[in-house]
Amino acid sequence: MTAPRTLYDKIWDDHLVHEDKDGTSLIYIDRHLVHEVTSPQAFEGLRMAGRDVRRPEYTIAVPDHNVPTTPDRAKGIENEESRIQVEALDRNARDFGVNYYPVNDIRQGIVHIIGPEQGWTLPGMTVVCGDSHTATHGAFGALAHGIGTSEVEHVLATQTLIQSKSKNMKVEITGSLPPGVTAKDITLSIIGETGTAGGTGHVIEYCGEAIRELSMEGRMTVCNMAIEGGARAGLIAPDEKTIEYVRGRPHAPKGAAWEAALAYWNTLYTDEGAHFDKVVTLHGEDIAPVVTWGTSPEDVLPVTGTVPDPAEFEGGKVEAARRALDYMGLEPGQRLQDIEIDTVFIGSCTNGRIEDLRAAAAILKGRKVKDGMRAMVVPGSGLVRAQAEEEGLAEIFEQAGFEWRMAGCSMCLAMNPDQLAPGERCAATSNRNFEGRQGRGGRTHLMSPAMAAAAAVTGRLTDVRELMPETV
Amino acid sequence: MEKFTKLTGVAAPLPMVNVDTDMIIPKQFLKTIKRSGLGRNLFDEMRYDEQGNEIADFVLNQPAWRDAEILVAGENFGCGSSREHAPWALLDFGIRCVIAPSFADIFYNNCFKNGILPIALPQEQVDLLMDEARKGANARLSVDLENQTITTTDGTQIGFDIDPFRKHCLLNGLDDIGLTLKKAAEIDAFEGRAQAQRPWV
Ligand code: SF4
Repeated sequence: MTAPRTLYDKIWDDHLVHEDKDGTSLIYIDRHLVHEVTSPQAFEGLRMAGRDVRRPEYTIAVPDHNVPTTPDRAKGIENEESRIQVEALDRNARDFGVNYYPVNDIRQGIVHIIGPEQGWTLPGMTVVCGDSHTATHGAFGALAHGIGTSEVEHVLATQTLIQSKSKNMKVEITGSLPPGVTAKDITLSIIGETGTAGGTGHVIEYCGEAIRELSMEGRMTVCNMAIEGGARAGLIAPDEKTIEYVRGRPHAPKGAAWEAALAYWNTLYTDEGAHFDKVVTLHGEDIAPVVTWGTSPEDVLPVTGTVPDPAEFEGGKVEAARRALDYMGLEPGQRLQDIEIDTVFIGSCTNGRIEDLRAAAAILKGRKVKDGMRAMVVPGSGLVRAQAEEEGLAEIFEQAGFEWRMAGCSMCLAMNPDQLAPGERCAATSNRNFEGRQGRGGRTHLMSPAMAAAAAVTGRLTDVRELMPETV
Repeated sequence: MEKFTKLTGVAAPLPMVNVDTDMIIPKQFLKTIKRSGLGRNLFDEMRYDEQGNEIADFVLNQPAWRDAEILVAGENFGCGSSREHAPWALLDFGIRCVIAPSFADIFYNNCFKNGILPIALPQEQVDLLMDEARKGANARLSVDLENQTITTTDGTQIGFDIDPFRKHCLLNGLDDIGLTLKKAAEIDAFEGRAQAQRPWV
């Protein structure tokens, strides 16, 4: 009887608690992730109203944005406002009995890294967090998106969210990626193609051979930046890789529950003939290693290109590009590969997972960071950090001259002491190159971990393919 | 959100017009991670001198009104920035009802989100209540939301208007969350279905 449905339609239908005549819906939330910046007033609201968290067992809290990432951080947080926020989360998590990973827990890390790592994020779930990069969890075929503080309180109190349904958008990447091209290049290229408003009002489903070929880490990188393309969320249908990633995680189902889950997860795909309101197709073979040149994630070009002339753009973008070049200190026509870099930051919820560290280390092995440069690696979680140490990656980074940091958001948004100085130019694996994002006046070029490692070696934006190990 | 049904309490007279949200809670207190705790700094710059000592003249520092639960003020109360910290500060101090000839729009809305009843009355009625309030602890006002009346100690009754939906929400303590919680049975039912369909969640 039902018409063919998209994956998004299916997850939506299975979480619909109530629908008003005007389409306003109450959606059930399976997992609520909480961090220290957007939650204090929400918990405070609960207290003032004498309410409890409806489902503390579905709620997971972790401090990540403000935490220092220097090895001596056990000594405490110097910045008073940061410290107060972290302490508030500590108290709220304990008072309300939610799952909690404090700063000194090895499982602590960026909220979007530890959700999947601990098996909290599972296919077919609804996942929310007071943070726009919640889209990351869509890599598991979970409907995941960011919410505001008042909504955080709403979810804490009711385990539901008031929502209207988005439209369906399909982004297909056909074929295979050439060597040296990664998930980050895919996701940046998509935004370069569609613009930062291209996904507005939509939930994107990423599909196609190049997406299927990605690891779960790579898929998380792709979904992470769905928000940068304006979409409410990004989704990838679960498959064997998804199931293998989830199997055995601390909070993944076990035994009979696992079998039941598998049967359900097998239904999570877009039906043949389901309607998409918008379709974008890219060919994997055409995607190159890319970097951003401006102050919007859509300012993307192959690293082999040159800085564009603002006059080449249309409408409001002309002025925006002019302003971006001015802020970035770049000239039209300049070769991207001639742009010199001061700092390299490898980390964030976009690229702070083990595979990202492996890719960077593969470039850095036996090489050195160029003299005078600052380079840091900030693993996405304590467990990623431990695994990288076990695999000998930490040693490679340190021998190359990288700082080996503790887990957190760090220089992705510079709420902790890791910041760029005015005019300082950074090759970053994070997701936002906005003015001042990494520190007031700081200049950010977004790229993949391998590209960032290559930039660390040469001291300029570099085509990673020039430094790739022969084996690839 | 706490229900608002009936309130009998001391009313503090604040015969000033255009009391803005910066006066209600100055911007240096917005760095807080909290909504509560702001009561200490309610009207901070009128209430404390530069050394942080209480200014004896200010109404809320006077013994008769230290525990006031109602505020009677001049027109355009709550103008200025949209900071929700203003109603948070009033509430934290213990003020549940503000009576004035008129209110700034955003402040007025923010009150309802926080369980505070703002009552707009014609100037002469506010003047009458202002005189009552000046009598201090001997002249409590009784506010009855259900019947939409304010009664003074000598039995004078004044009626007031309020939007029926807002009245309903305040009487029942319903904010957005409160309204969703009215669907608790549906949420419970959903959880039952989900438990059967996806027991591993
Ligand atoms: S790593 Fe950056 S984008 Fe990700 S959650 Fe932290 S601050 Fe946000």
